[in-house]
Amino acid sequence: MITELGHFALILALFVAIVQATVPLIGAARRHNGWMMFGRACALAGLVLTTQAMLALMHAYVVSDFSVINVIANSHTDKPLLYKITGVWGNHEGSMLLWVFMLAVCSAAVALFSDNLPPALLARVMAVQGMIAVGFLLFILLTSNPFLRSVPPALNGNGLNPVLQDPGLAFHPPFLYLGYVGFSVAFSFAVAALIEGRVDAAWARWVRPWTLASWCALTIGIAMGSWWAYYTLGWGGWWFWDPVENASFMPWLVGTALIHSAIVVEKRDTLKSWTILLAIITFSLSLVGTFLVRSGVLTSVHAFATDPERGSFILGLLVAAIGGSLTLYAIRAPALRGGGLFAPISREGALVLNNLLLSCGCATVFLGTLYPLFLDATGGPKLSVGFPFFNRTFVPMMVPMVIAVGIGPMLAWKRGDLLGALQRVWAAYIATALAVLIAFYVTNGGPVLAVLGFGLATWLATAVVIELTDRLGLFRIAVRDSLHRAIRLPRAAYGMSIAHFGLAVSVAGFSASAFDREAIEVVKIGNAIDIAGYHLVLESVDRIPGPNYVADDAAVRVSHDGHLVKVMHPERRFFPLQSQTTSETAIRTNLLSDLYIALGDPGDGGGAWTLRVYWKPLVPFIWLGAVIMAFGGLVSLSDRRWRVGVAKRARGKGPVASAAAAE
Amino acid sequence: MRRTAFPALLALLCILASVATAVEPSERLPDQALEARARVISAELRCLVCQNESIDESHADLAHDIRILVRRRLTAGDSNQQVIDAVVDRYGAFVLLRPPVEPATYVLWFAPPALLLLGLGAAALWMSRRPRLDPSVTAALTDAERRKLDALMRENAP
Amino acid sequence: MSRLLYLLPLLLFVILAGYFTASLRSGRDIRELPSALISKPAPNFDLDGLGRSEKLSLSGLKGHPAVINFFASWCVPCRVEHPLLMRLKTENHVTIYGIAYKDKPADSLKLLDTYGDPYARVGVDQAGLTGLDFGVYGVPETYVLDSAGIIRKRFVGPLTAESVDTELLPLLKQLEHASGGAS
Repeated sequence: MITELGHFALILALFVAIVQATVPLIGAARRHNGWMMFGRACALAGLVLTTQAMLALMHAYVVSDFSVINVIANSHTDKPLLYKITGVWGNHEGSMLLWVFMLAVCSAAVALFSDNLPPALLARVMAVQGMIAVGFLLFILLTSNPFLRSVPPALNGNGLNPVLQDPGLAFHPPFLYLGYVGFSVAFSFAVAALIEGRVDAAWARWVRPWTLASWCALTIGIAMGSWWAYYTLGWGGWWFWDPVENASFMPWLVGTALIHSAIVVEKRDTLKSWTILLAIITFSLSLVGTFLVRSGVLTSVHAFATDPERGSFILGLLVAAIGGSLTLYAIRAPALRGGGLFAPISREGALVLNNLLLSCGCATVFLGTLYPLFLDATGGPKLSVGFPFFNRTFVPMMVPMVIAVGIGPMLAWKRGDLLGALQRVWAAYIATALAVLIAFYVTNGGPVLAVLGFGLATWLATAVVIELTDRLGLFRIAVRDSLHRAIRLPRAAYGMSIAHFGLAVSVAGFSASAFDREAIEVVKIGNAIDIAGYHLVLESVDRIPGPNYVADDAAVRVSHDGHLVKVMHPERRFFPLQSQTTSETAIRTNLLSDLYIALGDPGDGGGAWTLRVYWKPLVPFIWLGAVIMAFGGLVSLSDRRWRVGVAKRARGKGPVASAAAAE
Repeated sequence: MRRTAFPALLALLCILASVATAVEPSERLPDQALEARARVISAELRCLVCQNESIDESHADLAHDIRILVRRRLTAGDSNQQVIDAVVDRYGAFVLLRPPVEPATYVLWFAPPALLLLGLGAAALWMSRRPRLDPSVTAALTDAERRKLDALMRENAP
Repeated sequence: MSRLLYLLPLLLFVILAGYFTASLRSGRDIRELPSALISKPAPNFDLDGLGRSEKLSLSGLKGHPAVINFFASWCVPCRVEHPLLMRLKTENHVTIYGIAYKDKPADSLKLLDTYGDPYARVGVDQAGLTGLDFGVYGVPETYVLDSAGIIRKRFVGPLTAESVDTELLPLLKQLEHASGGAS
């Protein structure tokens, strides 16, 4: 019954979306205020209905309703409750429902927090969001309906893939989808601006919080996915340039470019048509990613069960959304005229460089991911593109970018003093040189890229700190004045510094993987392995039952300099329902490095097991850096200038006050 | 049937592959230098029954077999390139994680730097087409402007 | 001219959509790899026979077109294609040579005893080395060789009635003709 209610709610949501897609649009064209505002009501109704659908599906999973096909295919009574709930989005149909739910959340959020948006613009944004919702709701209802019943009902389900029964993976899709789908708002704003024929500083200011929020969510989502792969897959890899990973990375790259480009539009009234194009491309990449994962044209460990019919439908959605928006762009964008002039060496120039490098980086990942498909479709040889390609093409592009991130914020708008900026960071040169020397020494002249990467990270970190202290006038003016400046500094400035610093931390983490140490041995119970100063003794391996599995649990006593550090418990779990074995690695982190143990096969003759032990210095920095970046984004988001109502409050005080508030 | 059964088998192998260990201690060559070469070569070869893993990382049976093949060839005295060629002869260029640089892949390898140069050129062209920033216009304030600026600064003083 | 520049993103997208459409329409299984040995001589092999079967070697196959089928008792899709192989033997009189790939001989024998033996001869490749030489990456796989021992086609996965009727049988007929004409 509840399932049917959810199904019905989804159908209603479709009709509401159709209304949302049309009425506000007509209202904006006819300047009919009531019709324009109706879009907001539709968005809110859509959220209520989609939430109902989502809860209905969750309910079916939680009570293990095996008359619902989706539940049969992906759940089982023995599954722990957490995974019953999160298993809702561990399959194609459920994850599409999550997608649509996130879309409803974003649309409703825009409807609620847009009091100071011109009605026509808001109406058009609502309309485009509605159109996207129509497309995806149709897709779900026609090809991927999670509410279909099975007659007769099954006695029990097929269970969830054991690899997916994991807290990290359970929460990775919601963040990821919030990011992916959140960029639809920027897309809608771009299309709305094209329809209106006007892009100005106000538009850039309104679109920024939504873009920033999506970017934060996507950053966390990608980091969670990478971290999950690291501790689950058993050999410490954290990025495989897998098509689905790339599908999430590409919107992130262009989304970063978009955030920075929008700043230029807001502050300097230029780069307008480029920013609009970026907004369209970012969401288009989200859509293309959805297509790649679910249509079967590319293979991936992540790919859902593929179906060409679904692929064709999504392709149709792509053509409508991307084709439509790019056609609109071709027609309307030439009319967008910018005003601000700037010298090549300036903050704008640095941001143009940032955009260029990020866009080319994204194009490179795009090419590498899709090249096998291009070759195959044109009858060429069957080739594969793996990480060596990306390491040789993408990584070198990012090197100048990381360097530029250190210098860019120090350049003034319009015309910057590069020489002056380069001089101010003299401390960064020293720090970088030191870091390179230390890295060189520690690795005995190790891989060049790793040493270089370490140097880059140090450069960026020091440059960011110097820029901030410079801005606050630390060590130049009285401490009290510095404090004063610090309090008055807009949060967006802090957000920028924090996010850039986070990038440096991540780069350090990436580079340090060259310094890993590994030890793979068959170890008898009672014997030990030594690695990186740690002494590991395999004390015992016991058989332990779990809710839906049986595990071989090893106890490994880890000590350092004779002191006990921890007893770690790597496991191998066997899930009888699916006849699958998973490896639960044991990781001990001190935030500066990870000690990583995976239990392998038992050796012949009993009493001995293969242990794979890795010592990975600085690897936690990869995800720490991502968290810091997202935090920087959140700090920026909390800047009072984005908050609704600031313009209203200042209006009463006169032109100067409102000018100050608008700064 | 073919579309579901065989891919299902591959998928099962793939999942098993993503689970446990890769190079088994029993596979390792006694000669350190040869073993190091084997690891380097293995990192360049794709596991064909899993997606996006090298045979060095994968625990699939096929990955194990090819790892043994690599080591056998090395012990027999082949150079790194000869070992790779032997695997490519059997499994095709698809097994290489790094696509070879040949006419079919010129676009793949040369487009990224070309795009970057193109972009730089386009940006430079766009900048040069715009009216120039005249320093004499922007540098100095007129007296009227300076008075207005002082007034604003005084009003907004903390 | 700059107006055209604004059309560029749309143009690129149209090309991309074209590729996607072509890829979807082709209906090819992207996981299927083409054999690297097509039109190349089959690798040499000399395998012990399974049970009472004679040895199976490449030299013994030269002179007439041959069908080699890699199978195993642990392979589920092999059971699926098994009736087809039997049909090929009894109705179409096709000589199929089997290679038991990475299988315990006792298990392979049990499989053939229980379900029937479609093979003229069966070789034992327990270590999988011959499979490696052929570029086998899963079972079942079926290779068609011409009379000179050149590999002409590889079927990945279980044979289907469709692939047998539209591809395997016509190819064999073509190869028989060629070798018949030559000798």
